[in-house]
Amino acid sequence: MEPKKQLRIATRNCGFIDPENIEDYIGVRGYEALASAITNGTPAGVIEQMKKSGLRGRGGGGFPTGVKWAFAAANQADQKYVVCNADEGDPGAFMDRALLEGDPHSIVEAMAICGYAIGASIGVVYIRAEYPLAIKRLIKSIEDARDYGLLGRNILGTGFNFDIELKYGAGAFVCGEETALIRSMEGSRGEPYTKPPFPASAGYWGKPTIVNNVETLANIPPILVKGADWFSSIGTENSKGTKVFALAGKITNVGLIEVPMGITLGEIIFEIGGGCPNGKQFKAVQTGGPSGGALTSRDIDVPIDYDNLIARGSMMGSGGMIVMDEDNCMVDVAKFFLDFTMDETCGKCTPCRIGSKRLHEILCRITQGEGTLEDMENLQCLGATIKDTALCGFGQTMPNPVLSTIRTFMDEYRAHVVDKKCPAGVCVSLLEIVILAESCVGCTLCSRVCPVNCISGTVKGVHVIDQAACIKCGACIDACKFQAIVKR
Amino acid sequence: MAKITSIADLKKFQQEYRSLKEARSREKIIVSVSLATCGIASGGNMVMEAMKDEVARQGIDNVEFIRVGCMTYCHSEPTVEVSLPGREPLVFGKLDENGARQLVQKYLKKGELTGTVIPVNYTRVEL
Repeated sequence: MEPKKQLRIATRNCGFIDPENIEDYIGVRGYEALASAITNGTPAGVIEQMKKSGLRGRGGGGFPTGVKWAFAAANQADQKYVVCNADEGDPGAFMDRALLEGDPHSIVEAMAICGYAIGASIGVVYIRAEYPLAIKRLIKSIEDARDYGLLGRNILGTGFNFDIELKYGAGAFVCGEETALIRSMEGSRGEPYTKPPFPASAGYWGKPTIVNNVETLANIPPILVKGADWFSSIGTENSKGTKVFALAGKITNVGLIEVPMGITLGEIIFEIGGGCPNGKQFKAVQTGGPSGGALTSRDIDVPIDYDNLIARGSMMGSGGMIVMDEDNCMVDVAKFFLDFTMDETCGKCTPCRIGSKRLHEILCRITQGEGTLEDMENLQCLGATIKDTALCGFGQTMPNPVLSTIRTFMDEYRAHVVDKKCPAGVCVSLLEIVILAESCVGCTLCSRVCPVNCISGTVKGVHVIDQAACIKCGACIDACKFQAIVKR
Repeated sequence: MAKITSIADLKKFQQEYRSLKEARSREKIIVSVSLATCGIASGGNMVMEAMKDEVARQGIDNVEFIRVGCMTYCHSEPTVEVSLPGREPLVFGKLDENGARQLVQKYLKKGELTGTVIPVNYTRVEL
């Protein structure tokens, strides 16, 4: 049998154990990594394993986890903190929710391991209030772990103390950025601040703090149980292990997948995802959410890892993959993401606050058929400026959807600007809905469904749409039984 | 349950629990229902209730239902995994009330395949 394309490490227990039953988790060697670390290991030894494994942050940045832990461990302080970033907000990404709802104990265990490694006794999960079930299961896990003596004071008689509390985010996207997240945890506005100081030296309440994403944490118990060498044998040169992606959009097998780093985009889209539904042509996939960029059919053979995605103007991000087919307009897609980022910018720095607004305005002009060639230049110039000058990762990556679509789909932008046409048939202002005289049989159905009564014609005579009055709703296209009405 | 106080304690508990589970899977039909937010939203609880009801009607007395998290098959929710003693577990998807009852009548009772079986498309790392 052909080897399977997916390899499940972070999601190993999702769908296999009862997330609300700690015994189920212990049965799959749960808490064993923590127990051996604190009983037989040393903090330095754990950090060494993490470094050797090559694990990089799965929240998107891709910073080596072991290196980050070493910074926090080296900083002396009376109190240190471990923070789990569960503020998942990318449109189309839901892997953190799946992990928290399916295997919450692995997150609890990994946070305690991190606490032991860096010398922290308090862990905080910053989680979106919009994830009530994840919150419920997490709280139960923490309480059960306490009852079993696997959290709290003097864990397994080793003298190691660690406990976890929850903080709820109110759903601001920028709070997934670690400095904004820390501000929000402290009760201030969720606004980022400039690094350095990095949280590993001065984070939550000014103390050394490690902020790790949910998926990063889920990888930690297996690394310690099976060994760093095992983990680093999976993946590519600089990106070890697997990555969980949420396949969404125009893809047959919508779902969560976990694949080894280095798998090609084609394998993900066509072999695992089953291609686009209804026989449509694959056009592009947005990776990295609103901070990422579009990969296209030209990138089908690209091995997916941190560096290759960045080299192609996108990024790993948290792992949302929004698939688009021939019916998606790339200018419209860029506008969608800018609409999102424009709403979600915290407004602290000018490039992000005003830049996103201006980018969005230009995109609106283009999709309405009022764009000029100068607008296209301005998009690129403004995008580059925002990238260089914005305060945090959110602003610095915000122009990516525009820059990457304009680079890879220049023709489509030109069609909007020069020919005043939307090749994908999405931008309403640039469309005409017409009745093909040779196919129309005069059944009158279209004129009866038209909500603005702009279709005229007699029974058995060819019908005509009054273009000035047409609102381009497409109801007539759906109603016509003879495929006589088309968008163009 | 008493506290776990040492690593030896943890391993002992783990071994006992594992053999308990193995023994259970030899005797019982294990039905795991995908009940993360998405599974619940698409009707997972309804499917579980329908199956429980049908199991009682059919007088099958060796079924154990387990609530699990996301099975990753968003495209086919609601999904359940059925593990008959001595057989490889199978995942059934796109279930509704009728499909859930059919599943009990056919597969749980007689071992006959019915409905949509989702092929396993991954290798899972087991610790």
